[in-house]
Amino acid sequence: MNVYETVIGLEVHAQLSTKTKLFCGSSAAFGGEPNARTDPYTLGLPGTLPVLNALAVRYAIRLGLALGCDIQERSIFARKNYFYPDLPKNYQISQFEAPICLGGGVPIREDGRARTIPLERIHLEEDAGKSMHLGETSQVDLNRSGVPLVEIVSKPAMSGPAQAGLYLGSLRQILRYLQICDGNMEEGSLRCDANISIRPHRALELGTRVELKNMNSIRGVVAALEHEYLRQAALLDRGETVEQETRSWDPDAKRSVFMRGKEEAHDYRYFPEPDLLPLVLDPQWIRAERDVLPELPFARQERLARQLSLPDYDAGVLSSERELGDYFESVIENKGDAKAASNWIMSELLGQLNDRSLSITEFPVSPAELAGLLSLIGDGSISGKIAKEVFQEMIDSGRSAGEIVDAKGLRQISGDDELLGHVTATLEANPPQCQQYLDGKESVLSFFVGQIMKATHGQANPKRTNELLREALEAKRKA
Amino acid sequence: MSLAWQSVERLLRALDKGEFSAAELREHCLAAIAARGEELNAFNFVSEAGPAGAAVGPLAGIPYASKANIAVRDQPLSCNSDILEGYRSLFHATVIERLAAAGARWIGQTNMDEFAMGSSCEHSNRGSAKNPWDLKRTPGGSSGGSAAAVAAGLLPFALGSDTGGSIRQPAGFCGIVGMKPTYGRVSRWGLVAFASSFDQIGPLCRSVTDAALVYEVLAGSDPRDATSLREPVAGVTEEMERGVKGVRIGVPWRLLETGVQPAVRENFERSLRALEAEGAELVELELPLTGHAIAAYYILAPAEASSNLARYDGVRYGLRVDGNSVAEMTCLTRTRGFGDEVKLRILLGSYVLSSGYYDAYYGKAQRVRAMLRDEHRQALRQCDAIVTPTSPTSAFALGERLSDPLQMYLSDAFTVPANLTGFPAIAIPSGVDPEGLPLSIHLSCEAMAEAKMFRIARGFERCLDFESLRRLRFPESTEAA
Repeated sequence: MNVYETVIGLEVHAQLSTKTKLFCGSSAAFGGEPNARTDPYTLGLPGTLPVLNALAVRYAIRLGLALGCDIQERSIFARKNYFYPDLPKNYQISQFEAPICLGGGVPIREDGRARTIPLERIHLEEDAGKSMHLGETSQVDLNRSGVPLVEIVSKPAMSGPAQAGLYLGSLRQILRYLQICDGNMEEGSLRCDANISIRPHRALELGTRVELKNMNSIRGVVAALEHEYLRQAALLDRGETVEQETRSWDPDAKRSVFMRGKEEAHDYRYFPEPDLLPLVLDPQWIRAERDVLPELPFARQERLARQLSLPDYDAGVLSSERELGDYFESVIENKGDAKAASNWIMSELLGQLNDRSLSITEFPVSPAELAGLLSLIGDGSISGKIAKEVFQEMIDSGRSAGEIVDAKGLRQISGDDELLGHVTATLEANPPQCQQYLDGKESVLSFFVGQIMKATHGQANPKRTNELLREALEAKRKA
Repeated sequence: MSLAWQSVERLLRALDKGEFSAAELREHCLAAIAARGEELNAFNFVSEAGPAGAAVGPLAGIPYASKANIAVRDQPLSCNSDILEGYRSLFHATVIERLAAAGARWIGQTNMDEFAMGSSCEHSNRGSAKNPWDLKRTPGGSSGGSAAAVAAGLLPFALGSDTGGSIRQPAGFCGIVGMKPTYGRVSRWGLVAFASSFDQIGPLCRSVTDAALVYEVLAGSDPRDATSLREPVAGVTEEMERGVKGVRIGVPWRLLETGVQPAVRENFERSLRALEAEGAELVELELPLTGHAIAAYYILAPAEASSNLARYDGVRYGLRVDGNSVAEMTCLTRTRGFGDEVKLRILLGSYVLSSGYYDAYYGKAQRVRAMLRDEHRQALRQCDAIVTPTSPTSAFALGERLSDPLQMYLSDAFTVPANLTGFPAIAIPSGVDPEGLPLSIHLSCEAMAEAKMFRIARGFERCLDFESLRRLRFPESTEAA
């Protein structure tokens, strides 16, 4: 098979997490009894009119600012006309010639290098309802109809499926950082259509583009694009041509199937929405959104790595979710050792979240409480091993680390006097093993540590115990 | 004499004095409707169940009817189309709420051209309403039922909607006053959309004063209509009697050169002279672009209509004709549910919006609309009102233009410009032609200049004395004055 150059562009639809729909007062929440979240406008009843949701506009501005777009002070809503049973007015209010954001880009990190995938535009539009096909009949649920969407359209600027995956991951992270979309691809609050074409290297013309739909995870998008690359490459290898078409991805069968060809493409008969005036933004709104813009994931990652001397990988994990980063930074505000906090969060805390299916915002141990636990480890009051048990207990009981350690008498024995008593007793009780050590078998040291741990229920400071044992045995050798 | 012939103004005074009760007034109207309803075919139905209206308010106790494209809760909202068969509205239009709050009493719903598309009321699924001046003639359209009902003295006023002249043209044909407010002045919430950027609701009454009284209740901003004007509404009744001395009347003579009946032109000139005698000045206007108004309108309005009417698909409400697939069901439903004129405009509208034709038709028509608005704005710096006849002819015979849509469309030549500009306009009866049919004068002012417009309209009304012609034709109205 020849190697071809790939050109990919993505169209991402993100549901904005406003309380109400884009043009009416019905709840925009996911799910619900079918058709419960409707009203005369959502149902497309005659005589109803759209009224624009200001918060959705603010969210679109926020996204545009985060992605470095030109926010358009004047944009225009347009009707996209097509007949479909889950589109109650048989047109969708969208933006066409004058969208709210132009340009900008999505930052990605590829092989450690930062780059930006340029955007064409971002526009606001209303979502359609859902059709469910049950054998002979079809049913329509309009709860989703009218939920606000931003459509983020990239330029055809991605060079392969992996890059498309990075783009989507970064975009999803930013949407969640901005707290304007929950980014849930399974529930469909984030959806992606992909356009892909391939061409021989150094060819001037772009190849024929194929649109892929129905991928419901980032991995699915990458897999669908990889599959499509191979399908197109095989066609070109055989001297055949790629037809312009839309294909639907089947995630179970891991293949795409033909949906419609170029000649079946809709003529949407776009025209300016006469029920809405042009959207003219008050510069005050743009300033207000700029003011609430949070530090974005990559910037935070760089800052954490630089300021706290954390490995890039750690900084990346801690910056992956805004709330996780906030949690981490709150822990280190309480206790300074960033690397210890980072290690604990990455290995223990994330593990607990995973085991318990919790999100960081639902996690019962506050950053201050975790900082308390970390100081007990840091000053040698408890061992790392004991700390893990204490951490479990903190999650289950809600008590602080100090309370648990004291109540259970788990504080580590670090005092030399007490430890020496155990060392002397253990050596006296095990003369053969002492002899082995004196004969040069130093590994027997761990046997003595084990004995002392058993005697102290694991509370002996292992490092100090080791040191004292060695000193005592060496003293015997000299005697 | 039926109380239903009396003016809103007089009825309010009489009700206030306790000469009769609101219930008695309502009975008079219902009796008049029962007596002449069938003959005139002006009503779709009357109902006891509608909104009663507050006990006090600027229109307390005054009965009215609304056009069949204005939503009244729990009442049929058919737009006189088969496709809305069985459909009832879940909510009141804003105008119905405002009238109820003002004390007006809704009494029933009037006949119209299907989805307000027509100039004769003949495109109605229950057949045309008749012109009370001559039952063989059209009452005009699309608010033909409202015009006929008010002109025949069945009730004091009715609501219509005006997309290209649908209030003013039937008012003109029926010898009453019809007014289209500035676009955005009256909420469109609850008005079934025909062409959203043109549609306005307004009153049909027998006098300018009555129209002003009703207008003051209808006008106001509405958070449910994003195109609603936010500017406060100026009162119009105070200034109305100030006369027309020094008022500059702009006349685009060139527009009258073709297609205008001699009787219409003669009446128009006489009306202008009468106003001049009252101290008004005439200014000659050149409105070269206005000749393109009909062409632009019949591209833009059908374009919007093709999209507005897409929702009638048999999926959720109204008529459903089953098919073997969703596409077939939609197709069969729309084929059976829409009348020919509606289909014609949907086809026209879909065509001008389609890819490859958009710029040549819709895009160009939009530019004409913008230029025309400038032209009228400029003209209204030289004068206070642009005045023309309301229609090039008096009411034509039923059936006469049904097979000739173009001729039908041309009857809107003088009314359409105000829908393209969004400016307020009003039709005032100005006389009768040799066949005894009403003639009408049309004036249009700058956006939101309703107060000035009503004042000039009142000036015409006073000097033209149409009331005596009405009494000659309808002697039963005599005692009303």
